[in-house]
Amino acid sequence: MDGKRKTILFKLFGSSVSFMRRCLFSVLSVGPVPNHLAFILDGNRRYAKKWNLGEGMGYRAGFLSLMSLMKYCYELGVKYVSIYAFSIDNFRRRPEEVQYVMDLMLEKIEGMLKEESLVNQYGVRVYFIGNLKLLHEPVRLAAEKAMKATSNNNNSILLICVAYTSTDEIVHAAQQSCEDKWAAIQSSVNIKDSQDGEEKDTNDVIKLSDIESHMYMRVAPDPDILVRTSGETRLSNFLLWQTSNSLLYSPKALWPEIGLRHLVWAVLNFQRAHPYLEKRRKQP
Amino acid sequence: MSEESATIGKGLPEVLSAQLMPKHVAFIADGNRRWANERGLPAELGHCAGKRALVELTFLSRKWGIKVVSIFAFSTENWKRPKEDVSSMMCLFQELQDFDRYGTRISCIGDRSRLPECLREVINSLEEKTKCNNGLHLIFAINYSGRFDILQATRRIAGKVRDGKLVGHEDEIDENVMDEELQTNCAEFPCPDLVIRTSGEQRLSNFMLWQLAYSELFFSHKNFPDFKEQDYVEALVWFQRRNRRFGGP
Repeated sequence: MDGKRKTILFKLFGSSVSFMRRCLFSVLSVGPVPNHLAFILDGNRRYAKKWNLGEGMGYRAGFLSLMSLMKYCYELGVKYVSIYAFSIDNFRRRPEEVQYVMDLMLEKIEGMLKEESLVNQYGVRVYFIGNLKLLHEPVRLAAEKAMKATSNNNNSILLICVAYTSTDEIVHAAQQSCEDKWAAIQSSVNIKDSQDGEEKDTNDVIKLSDIESHMYMRVAPDPDILVRTSGETRLSNFLLWQTSNSLLYSPKALWPEIGLRHLVWAVLNFQRAHPYLEKRRKQP
Repeated sequence: MSEESATIGKGLPEVLSAQLMPKHVAFIADGNRRWANERGLPAELGHCAGKRALVELTFLSRKWGIKVVSIFAFSTENWKRPKEDVSSMMCLFQELQDFDRYGTRISCIGDRSRLPECLREVINSLEEKTKCNNGLHLIFAINYSGRFDILQATRRIAGKVRDGKLVGHEDEIDENVMDEELQTNCAEFPCPDLVIRTSGEQRLSNFMLWQLAYSELFFSHKNFPDFKEQDYVEALVWFQRRNRRFGGP
């Protein structure tokens, strides 16, 4: 009986926490709610060291925090969540560590496809953003399968940046823009020949919108807030193009320690800065 | 401003280590207007005070052995601005003529075509006059946008491909090629190690994007005219404590 009573109490406690959280989100929603939150998941290894866990356990703890945070974001009404899961730079880490992370990603991507997963529960469409050719083959295939399987979900969007750096994304977009507009670029040379020797540059051919249309992240609007945990304040080659006007927030907590209070604080800061941001957006 | 170039690198505060000094510091110089508003003064006086702070910070940077300093004159991003901004920029560049005798090199990045003719001429002549100097390199970002810098680099690359100077094979257009075409290619150290933004706003506002990939970002609540030597030292001490991993082990 005791065990049964404990279970009931836990369930009641859980429900009341959940209820209070929903109330808190209703209050927050009176003000503007960010449409897109981006996260740099920094501090997993330091967390493992801090608690004397095996190195890989830091990443597992980080994954649990990610699930909680995603839930909070989608409950609050945030439509897009992006995460910096694995940078191209991270391939330079020890091979055992890279392999561990690849195996963990494979395990979690496969978990995502199950019916009871958070992704299906909240109707989340998943994109894997980055130079996917650099991924280990099984992970790449699983990622493509997950993107296809969730393509009909339309409540919210999760963008998982893997094998990603912003500079790689920009170079790729520049390359594609040049290729697309190659005929026009070439014909600008012909125009020069047929007129009276007037210098005609490629100035008008490639436009900002061309580059933007070839970015991997074109499927989402720019982030409103970029959160980097563990107190570091640098972008580490993440969403350089997209975060030019994003609010930057760097809580000292390590990624596995991130919680509701950090999300609330970020949103409150966003709401405080929002009138200024809107004014700047409307400026020509 | 009476120190000679012999004092460069000397006079470093004890809390700072010469080996860990950043090579390139960038300032997002925000808050001149706010500074003036707080004191019930006209905006021009805010810009004047900002100019004084800039001169002081440049002097300190040179003294402490920093190689490159960039300034994003934030409020001049939009060129439908009142005349006062233009005239205070003119004053600033006239005053910068003095920097030549300290071996300071001055460059401007950004879209100059929309600046008034008089200002363009002053800037061009200052660049020309100081281009062979090998002291501190001071870079002004005027009417500059990180996205536009990447766009103009892409256009230049397309031009080179068209003219056969760069083969249009995917492997040829890489990050090094982009580095060479960005407007910061004039500097020995084009990427800031440390970015300092004043006035409390925590965002980059379309300053350099590509170049800030691994920069440490320091946000100060003080308005730019109030950012003094002790604040600069605080930012540098903070920078020197960073553990910069660049994504690696």
